[in-house]
Amino acid sequence: MAIEKFQEWYENRHDYQKDWKKRTDGKMVGYFCTYAPEEIFYAFDVLPVRILGSHEIQDVTEPHLFGMFCPFCRDVLAQGLKGKYDYLDGIMIAQSCIHLRQAYSSWDIHKNPGWSHFLPMPNHVQSPRAVPFLAAEYELLIKKLEQLTGKTITDKDLNRGIEIMNDVRRTMKDIYEFRKEENPRLTGAEAMYMTCSQFFTDAREWLPVAKQAITELKTRTLDRDPGKRLMLVGSENDDLEFIQMVETLGERESVGATVVIEEHCTTTRYFWDEVEQTGNPLQDIANRYVSRTACPSKDWPKRTRLDRILKFAKDFNVDGAIVVQQKFCDPHETDIPFVRKFLEDNDIPTYFLEFDVTTAVGPFAIRVEAFLETLEAEDDLF
Amino acid sequence: MAKYPTEPLKCWPKAKELRNKFYKNFAEAKDKGGLRWMGSAWAFDAVPMGLGNDVHCITGEPYGASCAFDKPLSAKYLAAAENYGFARDLCAYMRNYWGSILCNQYAQGGKFPKADFAWTQHICCSHAKWYQNACELEGGDVPMFGVDVGAGAYPPFEPEMYQNRIDYVAGQLMDGIDWLEEVTGRKYNDELFFEAAWNDMRSTNKWAEICMLNRAVPAPLDEKTIYSLYVFGTLQKSNKDFAGFYDELYDEVKDRVDRGIAAVPNEKARVISDTQPPWGFLKIYRYMEKWGAVSIGSLYTFGLEGMWLYDEKNHDLRPRPLPDKKPQTREECCKMLADWHLCKPEYQHFYHPEYKTKMMDAIAKNWKVDGVILHYNRGCEGLTVGIAENRLGLLERGNKVMTYEGNMGDEREFDEAAAMNRIDIFMDSLGLEKSKD
Repeated sequence: MAIEKFQEWYENRHDYQKDWKKRTDGKMVGYFCTYAPEEIFYAFDVLPVRILGSHEIQDVTEPHLFGMFCPFCRDVLAQGLKGKYDYLDGIMIAQSCIHLRQAYSSWDIHKNPGWSHFLPMPNHVQSPRAVPFLAAEYELLIKKLEQLTGKTITDKDLNRGIEIMNDVRRTMKDIYEFRKEENPRLTGAEAMYMTCSQFFTDAREWLPVAKQAITELKTRTLDRDPGKRLMLVGSENDDLEFIQMVETLGERESVGATVVIEEHCTTTRYFWDEVEQTGNPLQDIANRYVSRTACPSKDWPKRTRLDRILKFAKDFNVDGAIVVQQKFCDPHETDIPFVRKFLEDNDIPTYFLEFDVTTAVGPFAIRVEAFLETLEAEDDLF
Repeated sequence: MAKYPTEPLKCWPKAKELRNKFYKNFAEAKDKGGLRWMGSAWAFDAVPMGLGNDVHCITGEPYGASCAFDKPLSAKYLAAAENYGFARDLCAYMRNYWGSILCNQYAQGGKFPKADFAWTQHICCSHAKWYQNACELEGGDVPMFGVDVGAGAYPPFEPEMYQNRIDYVAGQLMDGIDWLEEVTGRKYNDELFFEAAWNDMRSTNKWAEICMLNRAVPAPLDEKTIYSLYVFGTLQKSNKDFAGFYDELYDEVKDRVDRGIAAVPNEKARVISDTQPPWGFLKIYRYMEKWGAVSIGSLYTFGLEGMWLYDEKNHDLRPRPLPDKKPQTREECCKMLADWHLCKPEYQHFYHPEYKTKMMDAIAKNWKVDGVILHYNRGCEGLTVGIAENRLGLLERGNKVMTYEGNMGDEREFDEAAAMNRIDIFMDSLGLEKSKD
């Protein structure tokens, strides 16, 4: 099954990436946040790979990061300090939260691969000034990439990058359609392997597999009770152990669940919005990153995320939402009371969980089970 | 036995009077037909001044610090914010501020005065979110405008100040003026704006000049006193009275230098700190004086509002000179303000800790500093970004560095005994002896 390939890529990301370099002799840049304009990297035939953590306990970041910053940024930095990405040709970050920025800057100080770039992605994305500003910043990025690659690019190359990434986005959305079904044709864990594996692989190699997965999913039926339909809302989250625990609860307990949709930057905030092509590729790319569903740190003065969250809840027919947060994640902490209230005002029960580097599977299992029971109880009472 | 003469600051009563008047003006603005706004201490406060001289503001950071100084009051506000659902690791000023709204209590007395609008800036993850939420907590009918200043580092940390970065910030200011007219229904007065912008640049330049005077040995000012003086830049740097006060203060501090007047008469060693202090425990500064150590300032007190340029060639930090001429048009004024503020030293570390390390090391070398005390401040993610790398970088450059963990605005996160123990050990390591008095 093509869908199993995603898990293989996720679990063996370093093997894939080292092999890709050997096969292609190409340049590879690690990026720290989904605001990185992958289109521009593909225009240069540079492979952008997202750096995520490994969910392993580590002891290398304490001298570099004050303990009040989020576990995700520590986990990410640990990957660099431990030399797991020594094969990269460069690193870059597009300004988002200041937590992850520290992982980037410490990496830049101690493990600089010879090329690094900080892109001041605007925070005021609701301002009409954001797009021209960002487009000009892309021109600076392009100059830096010219230094890395020794190449220059044209609009044609940029359009090729846009088409690659738009194809990825459309394909992911097509796969997500199967999650709307009464008995989803793929689990939440499989969906997360699908999106995350794209971070780690060449989109041009990922796409044929993903399209094959669509063909196979059309005739696939999962032999499991989907149970309650859950949405995950919040911080970066690739805690597959957690999702697998949630989705296997039904095998052990009287209640079960399937994660049918997420609103976080590991999945939908990353891919949901496409680049609309108007003939000015840099402007078009800038427009896409400015108008995509915002990280909470950029979602002001209007909290626009709420509309998207509610639409997801309705389109994917969710029974409840688990609001997840990386410990110390300030951007989400400033939104969470309002997100929870909004969901509850719209009759969507919510439950809050705070995540760390490793997943507290045991305690979380009890808590999620209790939440699912409250969803059952509501049915019984009324 | 005192090494140096000392005397109190003559302008101290005026500083207190100005500060009290500022908070009173905000509370009473509506009674006099004026307007009130809320926003960050880093907001471009000169811009709303174009709405009239009866427009008064409250800036969240110094307000939060005032709350934190009163521990029982702060505990009440923090509890209110937590009960609402906010995480207790969020910015402590912000939680004090939100708690104050939730309790409908003004730390200076009476009910919390509701602002007519929010006017703020954004560089750390919390700034604009602070007022987005404050507006919501006030009932959802307070409009907000935020100006993003996360436009990249200023030279020499970047090769040049790219025009698109100035245009981005200045463009938001231009849009903000239109917005102010729309939400207040008032006609905007550019002349008032130009005057306020000039006062902003005057006061932030003069504050840097005042800090330069602290290169003198003995230091004419100690940091605990500086906290009461730098605050005017955080309250409203475009305020004409505050700009005038800094002129007076400069003259007085210069006179102290000329006459060899010390802030700490037994000055034997000089330290600098970093980030906001734990406001409820400022006595740690007096405690250091028992060892003969004077904290002569920090990049924080010098550069939170003071305007400086880092001189890479001479590894020095110098006050940024005032522009050659005053602004003549709205666009020119917005661009001038944008460029002026983007060079703020305390903005630079948001892009890379190395920039801050260089500036701190420059202070250590040029202000004749013996040691650096870093406050790992759990209350402010913005100013502690990269602080662990600052520690490593300062050590690498030959500085003696001590750290302690605390929180500027949440006393539950400050271990007083442990911090004092660390100070004892650090002072001892600097070769100092504690006075038996």
